[in-house]
Amino acid sequence: MSGFTISRRKMLAGSAMLLASTAMPALGWAQTPKKGGRLVLAADSEPRNLNPAIVASNGVFFISSKIVETLAEASFDGKDGLAPRLALSWEGVDDGLSVTFKLRDGVKWHDGKPFTSADVAFSALQIWKPLQNLGRTLFKDLASVETPDDLTAVFKFAKPTPFQLIRNALPALSSVVPKHIYEVGKIEDNPANNVPIGTGPFKFGEYKAGQYYKLTKNTDYWGKDEPYLDEIIYQVLPDRTSAASALEAEEIQLAAFSAVPLADLDRISKVPGLKVITKGYEGLTYQLVVEINHRRKELADVKVRQAIAHAIDKDFVVKTVFLGYAATATGPVPKNDPQFYTADVPTYAFDVAKANALLDEAGYKKGPDGKRFTLKLLPAPYFNETKQFGDYLRQALAAIGIDAELVNNDSAAHIKAVYTDHAFDLAVGPPVFRGDPAISTTILVQSGIPDGVPFSNQGGYKNDALDALIAKASETLDTSTRTDLYKEFQKEVAADLPLINVAEWSFISVARDTVGNIANNPRWAVSNWADTYLAG
Amino acid sequence: MTRALILLRRRLVGSIFVLLIVVVGTFLLLEAAPGDAVDAYIVSTGGDAGMIELLRHRWGLDQSELTRLANYLWALLHLDLGQSVTFSRPTRDVILERLPNTLLLMVSATALSFGLGSALGIYAGARPGSFRDRFLSIGSLALYAVPGFWLGLMLIIVFAVDLRWLPIGGIETLASDKTGLDRAADIAIHLILPVAALGFIYLALYLRMMRAGMAEVWRQDFVLAARARGLSRRRIVLAHVARNALLPLVTMLGLQSAQMLGGSVVIESVFSVPGLGRLAQEAVASRDTPLLLGIILTSAVLVVVINLLVDIAYAFLDPRVGAGEAGA
Repeated sequence: MSGFTISRRKMLAGSAMLLASTAMPALGWAQTPKKGGRLVLAADSEPRNLNPAIVASNGVFFISSKIVETLAEASFDGKDGLAPRLALSWEGVDDGLSVTFKLRDGVKWHDGKPFTSADVAFSALQIWKPLQNLGRTLFKDLASVETPDDLTAVFKFAKPTPFQLIRNALPALSSVVPKHIYEVGKIEDNPANNVPIGTGPFKFGEYKAGQYYKLTKNTDYWGKDEPYLDEIIYQVLPDRTSAASALEAEEIQLAAFSAVPLADLDRISKVPGLKVITKGYEGLTYQLVVEINHRRKELADVKVRQAIAHAIDKDFVVKTVFLGYAATATGPVPKNDPQFYTADVPTYAFDVAKANALLDEAGYKKGPDGKRFTLKLLPAPYFNETKQFGDYLRQALAAIGIDAELVNNDSAAHIKAVYTDHAFDLAVGPPVFRGDPAISTTILVQSGIPDGVPFSNQGGYKNDALDALIAKASETLDTSTRTDLYKEFQKEVAADLPLINVAEWSFISVARDTVGNIANNPRWAVSNWADTYLAG
Repeated sequence: MTRALILLRRRLVGSIFVLLIVVVGTFLLLEAAPGDAVDAYIVSTGGDAGMIELLRHRWGLDQSELTRLANYLWALLHLDLGQSVTFSRPTRDVILERLPNTLLLMVSATALSFGLGSALGIYAGARPGSFRDRFLSIGSLALYAVPGFWLGLMLIIVFAVDLRWLPIGGIETLASDKTGLDRAADIAIHLILPVAALGFIYLALYLRMMRAGMAEVWRQDFVLAARARGLSRRRIVLAHVARNALLPLVTMLGLQSAQMLGGSVVIESVFSVPGLGRLAQEAVASRDTPLLLGIILTSAVLVVVINLLVDIAYAFLDPRVGAGEAGA
């Protein structure tokens, strides 16, 4: 088990560790997998719609990924970082106009009906493209899905769509739901959205609002001898301190998605029988960014933005705010991304003197009270760490003569203030990196996005060269040319600073020693857990 | 009996206005809060402009405030609490599912704080100025000063984590197939810690009120008369002093019920009890207007009913209080 229990010191090695972990194959365990048992784990939110084909979000996947499967799942050692699930192979044509999926044979829905290519075609055309929060963008040019036989689905695109992008999106965007259930009535109102039916290793058992979700073993699962567990129970624990106490009291065996706050990890790692695991979230990286409202004339000046970048001590942020469980960022693609990341970008060392000089140069001299100007700073409330970084940023800005006024909102108010009303000068946000810049970071930079779209460029930033670069990359089919364009993109963003990337982090799991096969893929918490087991 | 009926009628008429003010006030307050249900929802999903527009339309948020308020009041007139936005289910069902848990918690905690509080108050007030009087007064004050969530967390650490005598939270054992008496016992065990955390806070209030009331009554002439008649001290304390000091406590019981409802928000979160308080907190965070209005309305009805019961009880306990005075 030592391979998984990572000390804080090792974690401080930061990027190197994160990079290495993606290349590491799943390590073996001393324990032998055992059949049966009930795994009880903490859930901090209760998604109402459990259909991952409509709502592609980690909160929904956490539960529904065990019930409804995707075409492919992320993998540490598979080709292109993927492992087959409902699809056995995927092949793109060079013109970018079609992708062929060969599907797994002998798969049955939980109600006993056979899974076929018709289900894939229906999910793609009727749900992913028109209804899914992320699919509406990715599959916008999907024209049809041909089904020459029951086990082949050919996606036809009206405009060339890079195969690399489709591949990278498969683990999150390709949940397949049964056509025979969803073809009756309105998809959004289908009862199966709350009682999902899929092909996964577990069936939906029951949901008691405010108490628990219960999943039970699918005895007809296609995976040989899988799943190991008889039941999975998600216990709803709304209080942030509950998960740690429940683990200690042995009422639950697992707390994923950092349900145990970072500050408690040091103590809990010393409790006998509990282990802290930082692996298994490599595909769910969050980026700590300073969003900038370029409508403010001071912030429209690149020198001011550079000064702010120089004023932030990223190492200090990683050590203090994240207690070492993060890595410093250099640009809009996280260091642990195996395909696109480049370190060859302009960097901004922590240098208060230089920051002050840049601000003087920009013409914003300190007033008699030592202040240059005042900014409104809105830290996102979704994570403890974003709030704490807001406090840090206020102090860091004070050191260079910028007076930041902190505005704390709840989630709904923050979303409205920043992304609809633009009532901010600086905001702290935690956008997600989804394995491909086309479906994640570029939206934070490109112009022309309507008001009200969350986690997008609502700061009024417009850079024609960058827009052209993003447009070109989205149409480039050749994988290596496309990758190079995104490297260029990272350089441009780091140079012009439409936003400032500070750090990258992901989640932590805490589990009892008895839970086996934890963290064996880069999206483990939102994967199907067919091989997860409880040892004696 | 007629006295109670007059009281009831007068109270019901007044209550309708109170409830109307509560509904409209809550609606306007929630509207004034920045962000709507869609803003709260997309925090966890993201989405493009088209999807957001679709959601606003589906949830009826593209209508004006006035239209929505009018629609809500019209539906309310037909005793329809509307559809919860986040649960996609009738608000009434969502509330009825949680109401028993909150009632159970509140009634048990009130019984604990009222029963134990007044008993200890009598014990302390029987000998004013004695050691036990001071000890109980200071001890209860200390409990009153402790924040509810802290007391709850400490109880969890001691009794659930370290000693493992009691479950850490929830209302019953998860996904068990217990029925009948087994289930009742299971729920009772789960309620011990949250009831203690909620009840102990208000215990001080009753204790101190009882004690103060008794100190007042001790000086009355009828106590002197009772003493002169040669009654035992025990009899004087229980039958004469305590009984007369009990009246203000009954009034307090009514007022306190509203406070208790507020306190249950915190306790329900700390102990993961699926009750109304926690639901209200979630409804605010998700800007689920129909759900929050439903909860507030339910709570308001609850408080009105409790106070009505208190008034009726009062009228019976103290014959001097006529319907006229009690109806104010």
